[in-house]
Formats: sequence, C-alpha cells, structure tokens
Amino acid sequence: MASLAQRKTLCVASPLTLRIVAECPVTKARACDLILPHSAVSTPVFMPVGTQGTLKGITVDQLDGLGCQICLGNTYHLGMRPGPDLIEKANGLHGFMNWKKNLLTDSGGFQMVSLVELSEVNEEGVKFKSPYDGKEILLSPEKSISIQNSLGSDIMMQLDDVVSSTVTGPRVEEAMHRSIRWLDRCIAANKNPDKQNLFAIIQGGLNADLRKACLDEMTQRNVPGFAIGGLSGGEEKDDFWRMVTLSTDHLPREKPRYLMGVGYAVDLVVCVALGCDMFDCVFPTRTARFGSALVPWGSLQVKHKQYAKDFQPIDPDCPCPTCKRHSRAYLHALFKSDTSAMHHITIHNIAYQLTLMRSVRQSIVDGRFPEFIRSFMKQMFPSPDQYPSWAVDALASVNVTLE
Amino acid sequence: MAGSRIKLELSRVVQGESRLGVLKGLGRTGQHCLEVPGCLLYSHLGTVPHLTQDTLHTLKNIPAVTQVTLSSVAEHQEVLQEFKGGFKKFAGLHDTVVYCSLHDPAALCPPGYTTNKTVSVWGSGGRIELTVAKFMAIQKTIQPDWYQSMADGETWQSNTSRKRLRKSVDRTLAHLDECLTIHQNSQDLQGVEVFGVVEGGDILEERARSARETAKRPVAGFCLDGFQTGSMDQTLRTQLIKAIAKELPEDKPRLLQGVGRPDEVLACVEAGVDLFEGFFPFQVTERGCALSFSFDISLDPERAVLELNDDETCRAGEGQPNGEVTDGDQTQMTSFEINLKDKRYHDDFRPLVEGCGCYCCVNHQRAYLHHLLVTNELLAGVLLMIHNTAHYIGFFSTLREALANDKLDLLKRRQVILIATSFSVTVTPDGFESA
Ligand SMILES: [Zn+2]
Ligand SMILES: [Zn+2]
Repeated sequence: MASLAQRKTLCVASPLTLRIVAECPVTKARACDLILPHSAVSTPVFMPVGTQGTLKGITVDQLDGLGCQICLGNTYHLGMRPGPDLIEKANGLHGFMNWKKNLLTDSGGFQMVSLVELSEVNEEGVKFKSPYDGKEILLSPEKSISIQNSLGSDIMMQLDDVVSSTVTGPRVEEAMHRSIRWLDRCIAANKNPDKQNLFAIIQGGLNADLRKACLDEMTQRNVPGFAIGGLSGGEEKDDFWRMVTLSTDHLPREKPRYLMGVGYAVDLVVCVALGCDMFDCVFPTRTARFGSALVPWGSLQVKHKQYAKDFQPIDPDCPCPTCKRHSRAYLHALFKSDTSAMHHITIHNIAYQLTLMRSVRQSIVDGRFPEFIRSFMKQMFPSPDQYPSWAVDALASVNVTLE
Repeated sequence: MAGSRIKLELSRVVQGESRLGVLKGLGRTGQHCLEVPGCLLYSHLGTVPHLTQDTLHTLKNIPAVTQVTLSSVAEHQEVLQEFKGGFKKFAGLHDTVVYCSLHDPAALCPPGYTTNKTVSVWGSGGRIELTVAKFMAIQKTIQPDWYQSMADGETWQSNTSRKRLRKSVDRTLAHLDECLTIHQNSQDLQGVEVFGVVEGGDILEERARSARETAKRPVAGFCLDGFQTGSMDQTLRTQLIKAIAKELPEDKPRLLQGVGRPDEVLACVEAGVDLFEGFFPFQVTERGCALSFSFDISLDPERAVLELNDDETCRAGEGQPNGEVTDGDQTQMTSFEINLKDKRYHDDFRPLVEGCGCYCCVNHQRAYLHHLLVTNELLAGVLLMIHNTAHYIGFFSTLREALANDKLDLLKRRQVILIATSFSVTVTPDGFESA
C-alpha cells in the first residue's frame, strides 16, 4: 500500500468542478452546478439508467429533449457485449451510442453479485462464469477500471465488495475494509484521471461504526466524488435514512454525493433533504414497460381497465410529449397493439423524474424547499396519516415538520 | 357521395399502363394530396410501429395517408363510441388522412370464417365477426377519411375453386351495395369516401367481372384484393391486374393490397397500380433487417453492375449462424435487405446505407444496431423502422422520377441484377444458408 502522502502526489486535478449555487437554510439540501467533461449538470439530479448503451426504446435526441444531462451505462453488460475493445474503437460509449452529454458507469460488481450465480469474491476481485460462454472471468479493481476507461465515462465507480444490506456480522466489516483497499487499487489503475472521474463508494452496511470508519478512510483519498453504497437493497427504511444522513454528515461539502440505486419520488425528496446530490434507479424505466406511469399522486396503471375510456392525459399538468398528445384511453388501447405504448410511458416517466428534480432544485434556489416538501407530501398521500413514518422521522431530523 | 372529392390527376401514362400523377382532395376538407405511384403509411392503431410522433417526424416526405386497420380498431368500438370525436382525434393524429382497411396486410388472417353475410377480423382479443351493419357502425365511430368496403377476400389461396371465387365476387358486390346504402343515409359519414374491392382470385373472367361491376357503383377508388405476396407469381399477377385495369375508369385510384416487395411493386406499377400499403418496411424491421437496395437512377447501368458486385451480392446469404428464431418472422428475408444480426456487422462502423439522410443513418452505425439486436433492445426496432420507412419512401420517390423521365427500365434493371445475383445463395426459413 502506498502511503497517504504518496497517494496525494499521484493525484491530478480532477475533471470535475462543483459549484454550490444554494444551500437550504433548514435542511441539508443543496443546489449545485456539477461541471463534467461533456456538459454541466444541475443538481440535485436523477440519472436514468441505460444498461446496454440505450435507454429502453428512447433515442438519444429524445433523451436530450427531455433535458437529461447525465445517464448511466452498466459496465458488466457492456463489458460482456459488445466488449470494451469494440466500444473503444467506437470512441467510447459516447461515440458508440452517440450520446453527447455525460455518462456514469458502475463498476460491474453489483450486477455480478446480483445477476450471476456462483460468483465468488476474494482479495483479488470477483470471480464468475460468463453466462455467454461459460468461461471463468475475474473482475478485479484493475479490470473494472480498465473497462470503464475503454467506455470513457465521465464518472467511473470504484469496484466495491458488495454485501446485501440485510447481511450482518464480520462479513460486512471485511467487505468495508476490502472496499477501501480496492479503492486504492482503482485510483492507481485509472489511465485517464484527467478525463474520467473516479468516485469512491462508502460501505459499511447498516452498522453506524463501520460506515463511520469507512467514511474516515475514504475521505482521506483525493477522489472527485463519493457514492453512498450498500443501501436500497431491501433494508428497513429506518436504517436506510440513518445511514444516508450519517454519510452526508461526514462527506466533504465541496464534493458531489451520489446515493446509488434510489429513485422513488418520496425517497428522492427526503434524501435531497438529507444532503444527497445524485441519484439513479432502473425503476422509472422498468415500470414503464408494464404500463405504470408515475404521477404526483403516485402511479397510474395505464393497462388497467378503468382507463379504457378515460380521455384525459396521464397527468394534465405534465409537459411531456406523451401527455401533450395522447390520452390514457389511447395509450391503454395502444398497449394491445404496439411496443410504442411502452416508449410513451418511458418518456413520460423520465420526464416526471427530471421535472421533479428541477422543481426540487428551483425550490432550494428560491429558499422554499421545506414548503416544497410539505406540498409534495400532501399531493403524494391522500392524508397525513399515510405519510411513511421513516420519511416523517428523516425530515424531522433536518428540521422539517409535516402537519 | 355524388361526385367524390378525391381526384386523380394523371400527368403521364407510360406505355398505356404505368400511371404518374397526384391524388388530390384527400381529407374531409380536401387539403391533402398524395403522389402516385405511392404508398400509404402503415400503422398499428394509428401509430407507425415502434415510433412516437417525435421519432416519426424525423422522417421527411411522410405519406399524407395513414392506414388504420379495422381489425385493430374493432375491439375498441365501444370506447370510440363514447369518445365521439372519431379515431383520428382519439389517436392524436392531427395532420394526416386516415384510410381504414379491413385487414392488417402484415398479419395472417386464418381462413374458414367467412359466411354469406359476415366476414371475420382478428384483433388482439381474438376474432370479431362482422355483418355489414356492424362494419358500418364501426366506420361511423372511426370516421375515417376513406375506407375499404367490406369484402370476402378469403380466396387468395391458389387451390380455391371457381365456384368459391364466383361466390366471393358476388358476396363482395352485395356487401358493397349494402355498405353504400347505409353510407348514403348516414350523417356521420358525409364527405367520407368508399373504395370498392375487386376480388376474383386467379381467374381472369371473374377478375374482369368484379372490376366491371364495382366500377358501376359510386366508389372513389378500388382496392385490388387477393394478390398478396406468396399467393401467385408475378406473371399471373401482372396479367390479372392488366385485365382489371382495362375495366376501371382512368380517373380513379387503384390500391393494391398485400404487395410491398420493391420488385413486385415495380411490376405492378407497370401493370397500372397507383397505391400500395406501406407494410413492407415493418416486416423487414421485425426480422432485424435494414433495407439496403440501391435505386439510384443517376448512375449509368454498367457502373451500377460493378457496384452491385462489390457490395450487394452477399446480401441475401446472410444467415443467422446461431439459428436464433426472430420474433414475428412472417416472411423470409428478401434480397433487398441486410441482416444486422449477422456477426459481420459487429465492428462495422458504417451507417446502414451510405448517404442515407435518415435519423438512424445520420446518428448511428451498423455495429450499434447489431449490438441493439443481439441484446434485444427496443431501440433496434425504433431505429430500423425509421431507416426502413425512409428508404421505402425514397424508393417510391425515385420510382416516380423514373416514370417522369423514362427511366423505369433502368430502375427495373437494377432490381433484376440484384435479384439475379442473390440467386446463388438463398435463405431457408430458419435463416441458414443453403446453396
Ligand atoms: Zn407526461
Ligand atoms: Zn437510413
């Protein structure tokens, strides 16, 4: 292991600038301009997930048209097909999918552990059998970064040792320490520190001491940003928000904070209040394929019979191309005839997520974020007694009381 | 109905048969027109498959007429009845003419369900049996700009008896008369046009009788039914269409159903057809292929041959090595397309077609399309549909240019060369190459 001093001298100025535009005087929320190599990103931001270098039937122009400034690609999937060599030849993932704005890639580790049976983790990395040709493959920190260097993403994630958030005991501690060691290996392996930002991932499960220890170590590394990992995996929401707020309490103010895998509207609003800047989740696009449209009062199942003769748009106040032109009844009927019905809902759902985050940001800038939260919750739930208690507690911890 | 507003203005008739012109006065207010020979815009319930209005409108020269099939709308009749505003408004189609056909040209329609008084259509929820009364009730809720009269079109199979063919002609005429009676008494259908349907299978006298009798009725144009690809060879098809054309008035359009392959389109235009259903690009898209045939008539023929040898000869032989069955594989791959699932495109960074100005070709490469197809991504269908539709629209525009400049032979020769070169390798139904 290199000493801390050595590590610092190896660091180059990162290709990322965070300008804090406004901070909420009540909560920990902040609005920032995150300047990345391909464009500026207004935070808080939701990042749609384009797993295989495409976003569920939406063209890059449509995505751009919705105001998306950054989206995700998955290293595990793209590393398998079409492979890093080909993508490098195509001028990176940007060139391959012709996306002009920013890209974030994950490390591939999470997918491996969740999708591939018989994966095995040791100090070297994650060992697994390719589902395509059965060959044994080792995903080491070096390998993950090498693939992400080929993909050319604006933000890369370190390979971390992922344990399910419901696991307890010594395995959690082992994973946390290993993730720190792997972070150092990832930093050393990055061939493009001047073009690609590498984010560290805070681990430690649901154990506050382990989280704190991980934060202490990782914040000593000179990385351009931090992610909060190991959550949103089926843990109790009461544990979830406490780990989030503990993390943001100890993360440096001048660096972006990315809460991984979070994308439900209520979670987004609460976690912005807890001080997170960036979010991603497959849910809005995945659920669209089943006809579930996100609306300020929850969701609307377009395929349900009750909408067959409902001639209103999904959300009369939504400015998206779907709501501007089509009714619930037409989309209901179209689901029986053509896949484009899914595209309509996908577009609407991405628009919903991005619009929500823009409103959140605007309210922070205008200094009225607590009021925004209150009216948001009022709209989302039929009555205050249906507010989830974890959200009420989390908001109370940052001085927002809901009536 | 007296004095239909649709007007076919022919600017040229080549060799007494191929017609070039403009179909004017389309739409309720008559503001739309469509150049002929031309194709309609194929749709699923008013939506071009895979596309939204945003992606559709990346295309230039979109045909002014959208084809909607009664088979897909029928099951929503109750909804449309309650909606009241007609299908066009229901589907969010603001700026297109809607033509309603009975069946979907790209979907199989099982035979054996036609009776003296009824025909059946298949929607997503199964079979719907239609009497003329029901058929017309649906038309009243759809309120198309123009529709195909109800017809007994079950006679396309080659072994159909003369007796059955005669019956289909008689029934179809009876249906037409009944449709017209209801139509003329309907307030809702004022200003809507009806196309009569010519049946008669492969028997010349029946075809001529069907055409002659239909032409006596107050129809705005004619649908030529029972000629779909696979039902007969082109020589017979040409012969029959020529015989029909002789019986039809020159100033009314002829729409050929179920034919979309470029070589067949050319032959049918020569026989006197004006309009085609635009379903071919959709079929090509569904098998993961991209239209790539050349129709450039500015090149001299000899250079064209050289060019073909260079790139296009290998086209039809591109099988799928892993034998993967494609979804909805209704028809075999033709020599007009390339199969992007083929491994050879894995690292091919060229556009689908060099020089194509469509959204897909301007922004994406074959390697990306290959990747989207092997990973089963929905964007593959979107991008292929954009390109294939653009390519097909371009083909029709060149076809009209060729007619205007006496270059139809040159265009045909390009197709002949293309087909001849692809005979060395044929594609079997499961996609494997065979000599
Ligand atoms: Zn919307
Ligand atoms: Zn193209």
